[in-house]
Amino acid sequence: MAAPQTTSPVTLHVNGVAHRRELDHRTTVLDALREHLGLTGAKKGCDHAQCGACTVLVDGRRANSCLLLAVAHDGAEITTVEGLADGDDLHPLQAAFLEHDGFQCGYCTPGQICSAVGMIAEAGEGAPSHVTPLAAGPPGVPVPLSPDEIRERMSGNLCRCGAYVNIVAAIGDVTR
Amino acid sequence: MSTDPVRLEGREKVTGSARYAAEHTPPGTAYAWPVPATVALGRVLSVDTGAAMAEPGALAVLTHENAPRLKDVEDRTLLVLQNDRVPHRGWYVALAVAETPEAARAMAAAVRVAYAPEEHDAVLTPEHPRLYFPEEANSGIPACRERGDFDGAYARAPVRIDATYTLPGLHNHPMEPHATTARWEDGRLFAHDSCQGATAVQETLAALFGMDKERITVVAEHVGGGFGCKGTPRPQVVLAAMAARHTGRPVKAVLPRAQLAAVVGHRPPLIQRMRLGAGEDGVITALAHEVTTQTSTVREFVEQAAAPSRAMYVSLDSRTTHRVAALDVPSPSWMRAPGEASGMYALECAMDELACAAGVDPVELRVRNDTATYPDSGKPYSSRHLVECLREGARRFGWDARDPRPRSRTEGRLLIGSGVASSFYPVYLMPSSAQAQVTGAGRYRIRVNATDIGTGARTVLAQIAAEALGVAQDLVAVEIGSSALPAAPLAGGSAGTGSWGWAVHKACRTLVGMIDERGGTLPTDGLTATADTGEDIASDPPHAKASFGAQFAEVAVDTDTGEVRLRRLLGVFAAGRVLNARTGRSQFIGGMTMGVGMALMEGSTMDARFGDFAERDLASYHVPACADVRGIEAHWIDEHDPWLNPMGSKGIGEIGIVGTAAAIANAVHHATGVRVRDLPLLPEKLLAGLERPR
Ligand code: FES
Ligand code: FES
Repeated sequence: MAAPQTTSPVTLHVNGVAHRRELDHRTTVLDALREHLGLTGAKKGCDHAQCGACTVLVDGRRANSCLLLAVAHDGAEITTVEGLADGDDLHPLQAAFLEHDGFQCGYCTPGQICSAVGMIAEAGEGAPSHVTPLAAGPPGVPVPLSPDEIRERMSGNLCRCGAYVNIVAAIGDVTR
Repeated sequence: MSTDPVRLEGREKVTGSARYAAEHTPPGTAYAWPVPATVALGRVLSVDTGAAMAEPGALAVLTHENAPRLKDVEDRTLLVLQNDRVPHRGWYVALAVAETPEAARAMAAAVRVAYAPEEHDAVLTPEHPRLYFPEEANSGIPACRERGDFDGAYARAPVRIDATYTLPGLHNHPMEPHATTARWEDGRLFAHDSCQGATAVQETLAALFGMDKERITVVAEHVGGGFGCKGTPRPQVVLAAMAARHTGRPVKAVLPRAQLAAVVGHRPPLIQRMRLGAGEDGVITALAHEVTTQTSTVREFVEQAAAPSRAMYVSLDSRTTHRVAALDVPSPSWMRAPGEASGMYALECAMDELACAAGVDPVELRVRNDTATYPDSGKPYSSRHLVECLREGARRFGWDARDPRPRSRTEGRLLIGSGVASSFYPVYLMPSSAQAQVTGAGRYRIRVNATDIGTGARTVLAQIAAEALGVAQDLVAVEIGSSALPAAPLAGGSAGTGSWGWAVHKACRTLVGMIDERGGTLPTDGLTATADTGEDIASDPPHAKASFGAQFAEVAVDTDTGEVRLRRLLGVFAAGRVLNARTGRSQFIGGMTMGVGMALMEGSTMDARFGDFAERDLASYHVPACADVRGIEAHWIDEHDPWLNPMGSKGIGEIGIVGTAAAIANAVHHATGVRVRDLPLLPEKLLAGLERPR
């Protein structure tokens, strides 16, 4: 019997660039980015989908990339923190994090920023959160991002430095 | 928003280009995955590596039988894979090394270790037979102090409090796990290490491997938090260096999150008995703070929780003691404000109980017990603005409108209450060296092996240099985070800015003198000034020095569920000159946020049967999330103190966590009338009190 196949060719489109690699089936999207593509912006905080440090956008949705197997994401469009700025011009969220000091050690920061990008889109599509009032209007109507909405929706991204106050202010600045 | 400079490395951090220790991949890098012991005490009988080595991509399994030999060092938590002893569960017994992280992990799972287990004892009790009085507690203070006649004064006091407060083990859990990328080249060792001080790591590696430290370079350019658990070298750097030597390859070792609790230190569980005796006016006449805690059999660490009781309030007759038991548990160590965070929880809750018993407002009680001298030595404080912090905080918080009676404010099924506590942190300073250079073209470069673990050190050192040089900050470049730079102390004890900054300031002033000597003309090849503050830091200064503060909390307690929600937390601090308002505020708020965790959710339980912490990952060990933190404000009082250092700064990295848990616990008592003396304030503990008929 032939040895079982343990690797496969996988193409990931990251920040608009296609990367084709022969990857171990156990390799996560996070490890593919960090160890195979040299894109270390997405961080590994727990490797167990418990901290949000590895948050990237997969086909436009925020996701914990440590929980995704690369082989199952052949062809996916992935945006990492490295893909947010426009040349030297920071993405408005990046600029707001810098101005509001929305980080200290910076390790949770790429995840926070990618998460915020995804979160703003979700609210814009009318996706409710745990704190959205029931009377908030019909589906599809954008949910206004109050500080409570931001706090609730950003709670999947832990920050041990305790920069939450400034993170909420930075996101609020961009969504206001 | 402050006009002070944003973080110099901020752009790299928000764009993802800042590289942390595990984000360097030299050609040929191999990956390591440690194997922790699965017994709480005993010996390794054998390690079967056959299945592990059969894994495709396997390179080696290091065990105590084949790992490079290390020289003895004081911190024996670093002597990994040197013998067959297992002093506690989670102690490393092997290291798998492979071509890929996936293979290393699979190998680690396939390593079969046979043990000869022994009977272990992992749970601290108030009368544990292994308890003893150590000589010293952490920070080198005497473990026991007795002044005057506590027993007599306490017996005579008309108002007395006798209460015991307990704290579970707490874990630092910086978001970046401990990580090292190490390689050997021509007998030289290079390591990117996630640490709070690359000089200390370099020196320790030199001692462990018996090498000249000049042949070791340790780099810590960006560090994803530490909070004390990266303050000393940790096993990952030793394991990575051993594996790199053994395999002849660069090796990356990142500790898995769930292994951290056992090998990187933690705040140990503490039992604190507080006795306060006071007059009818609430002025303390007798104070006893008796601490019972644990350490491991590997290393003695005694959290100095009684230390704040020697510093805070008038107390002529006092007893402050530490007892410790060396159990078969992981080694505790520094976690943000070791001693102060834990000790002030007990002292400041006891102060609240005293305020209630004496019928004195809690702010007023602290004002009445203020002292201008450090009670334990009688030395005057170089500056102490505790009272000003209390008053300013009370004003900003709206404290005067508070009805002092517990359970006096309800909103439907919610009980609302507020509480106050003082904050305190000593001023530490450590000798440092630094270099200031100017190029012929008039650009400046500062070189010092400081570490920025998120404090904003790089930025504040540039500010200090620009001010001392009298030039615009954009002419100053700062190089930190490498042992190849002038030696400097670790980022710890809230002493970084003061210690490094003093050396930078001194080097800059020397450089200015050199430039002036040349009539202001710069030689084409530039000038370099080197400074060392070894002799500037007095060993027996005439003053006691510390930062002070006051924190005010408002909570809502759900009477149906027992859940405590923090509504507001406001801190006012007196911490010398705050050199960068933008990043300084972040330090205070960050500490307070960690204090919210200590108060409401953080806690690690020791499994008596397995000798294991039950909560080892971020799903079970709860740290504050964004939704837990609302309305945290930090303010400070301008303090001008000429006795500190040339910048006039005190440390601010730790004081934020000191007092937070007490302010919240006191607010919970005010809201509910229930006194829970065991952190964290979980719903089940409160429900038990809320259900009791009152
Ligand atoms: S690393 Fe993916 S959630 Fe923590
Ligand atoms: S900035 Fe350090 S963990 Fe968030």
